[in-house]
Amino acid sequence: MKQFLAFIRKEFYHVFRDSKTLLMLFGLPIVLIILFGFALTNEIKNSKIMVCDLAKDEASKALIDKLEANKNFQVAGLLANPNQAEAAFRKGDIKLVIIFPENFNEDLLHLKQAQVQIQADASDPNTANTLTNYATNIIRNYQQDLVLNNQAPLRIETSVRMIYNPELKGTTNFVPGVIALVLLLICVLMTSVSIVREKEKGTMEVLLVSPLNPIMVIIAKAVPYLMLSLINLTVVILLSIFLLKMPINGSIFLLFFESTLLIITALSLGLLISNSTDSQQQAMLLSLMGMLIPVMLFTGFLFPLENMPLPLQVISNLVPSKWYYIIAKAIMIKGLGITAIWKETLILIGMTLVLLTISIRKFKIRLA
Amino acid sequence: MPAVELQSISKTYNNGELKAVNEVSFSVKKGELFGLIGPDGAGKTSIFRILTTLLLPEQGQASVVGYDVVKDYKEIRKKVGYMPGKFSLYQDLSVQENLEFFATVFGTTIEANYDLIRDIYIQIEPFRHRRAGKLSGGMKQKLALCCALIHRPEVLLLDEPTTGVDTVSRKEFWEMLKRLKQEGITILVSTPYMDEATLCERIALIETGNILSIDTPEGIIRQFPKLLYAIKAARMSQLLRDIRQYPEVDSCHAFGEFHHITFRQNEDALAKLLGHLQNLQHQGLEIKAITPTIEDCFINLLAKA
Repeated sequence: MKQFLAFIRKEFYHVFRDSKTLLMLFGLPIVLIILFGFALTNEIKNSKIMVCDLAKDEASKALIDKLEANKNFQVAGLLANPNQAEAAFRKGDIKLVIIFPENFNEDLLHLKQAQVQIQADASDPNTANTLTNYATNIIRNYQQDLVLNNQAPLRIETSVRMIYNPELKGTTNFVPGVIALVLLLICVLMTSVSIVREKEKGTMEVLLVSPLNPIMVIIAKAVPYLMLSLINLTVVILLSIFLLKMPINGSIFLLFFESTLLIITALSLGLLISNSTDSQQQAMLLSLMGMLIPVMLFTGFLFPLENMPLPLQVISNLVPSKWYYIIAKAIMIKGLGITAIWKETLILIGMTLVLLTISIRKFKIRLA
Repeated sequence: MPAVELQSISKTYNNGELKAVNEVSFSVKKGELFGLIGPDGAGKTSIFRILTTLLLPEQGQASVVGYDVVKDYKEIRKKVGYMPGKFSLYQDLSVQENLEFFATVFGTTIEANYDLIRDIYIQIEPFRHRRAGKLSGGMKQKLALCCALIHRPEVLLLDEPTTGVDTVSRKEFWEMLKRLKQEGITILVSTPYMDEATLCERIALIETGNILSIDTPEGIIRQFPKLLYAIKAARMSQLLRDIRQYPEVDSCHAFGEFHHITFRQNEDALAKLLGHLQNLQHQGLEIKAITPTIEDCFINLLAKA
């Protein structure tokens, strides 16, 4: 036990005395969370639009006010003539032109029916679609207001309700994915270097010629990184809540427990890489390349897994972050408890045990 | 029971292409200071790694303090002190942290065995808070020796401990080894420096994986088969060429400021050579009979092998 503690203390010295490791350990997650949190979003904010108001009446003005008030839009100017729309689009930064025909208000009041034309720059179809939806929503809301005030005849409304994420906030979906990515990447990267570093520097030679038990060496290597990763986890979750406005509807303890499980899975994977490579460079490359792409592809937060061909879906089952993503979404967004995610939890535990066993088996008790 | 014993140990690398150790046998008695002397690439490190159970021999048997290096590797790892050729302590840990770490790893404390390392540790104690990576070569070796000794090993295995260390530190190091020997610790040490051979009790000369000779340094020198002369003149490189071309000369090697010569037949060959060299206009000729060094013996054995 004394040996174990001495070994852990030594590992802590290594981490705290290497500024590069420290920076990677604590700087990288924060940068990644902020970068991904803000960059990875479906929301389109502050899109420039133009309005061509031929009606210039009460209704059109009210609608323009509403458009201007919306954070998704920024009314960049008014067009006098609908023909100018094309010229505006050609400049590039105008995404949407909204045209109110003459007699807009009157049509609305007397014919109970009026038309608004929305022209969108569909060179990027996804953006065009999203923006058109935003605009349609605003107009529909206005129409509902009118209906309530005027008690106009009944009409059938399609009612769309977005459950879990009523504001269609992009971050909600990304944050659990980003947390998975960050935890997995950092933990694998850090531990993958740890054993191979001793091999490279020759210290493994003296460690081997000692009564140290290989299992103890491996566990002692992982413990400091587990502790540091828990600090990291706290920072990452706090950032998600306060910076990215991520709700946590479920139990935060459960979230911590499941995240710790993912960390341990990642550490086991890192140890396996460390035990199978011969140089720090090799280990780093393997953990960066080997982790980044599968995690990005197969976690499900960037590309929906359901849309992938079957072989890829099967492969995705091997990626631990996929299961964590399901778990984290369930806890954070849906507020569900362990009964809903016990299967995924078991899968993660199983993966950890397999990885840990293989890496202990792979630990070389000799040099060659 | 010998402290260390090797019986026709062989080891190859690259699937048998490179023979590193070729049927090597020798044994080190308990409490002996035994030197493994040979140039780089002679197979010294491979032998050390086999003895420290880090490599498996392909043939033969070896034991350390009575334990087999293959079967009982766990026992050996508890009982030997090993200092690899490359500095292998934690560079980012201080002198004291390194020593404490290795003491704990071997289940002991610095205090428990302080008397054994005191003479050595005292010299590096003023720097005990300095990181090991920032020590000089000589101090690194002293620290490594302390770490290898901290659990009072029965056998000390030192792979080229004086390589890359200045002359003064080298001398100090050998004196430390002598003191450790008095404590009853068996020491197997390797070195590429032939002049260090005489500091050992017994030595094995080794080259490309083959043992050339095993004896006391005096015994090896005594076995030198011929008379040896040292010669010098004004133009040394010309002298070397001229002597080598002379038919009665058996060998001639540059040794610092002298060339060492042996002859095929010793009777009046020397006088004939001197006459020959004077004919060749060599100035300042000086010649004397000398006792061979270990290096002379090594070269001689190598030429025979």
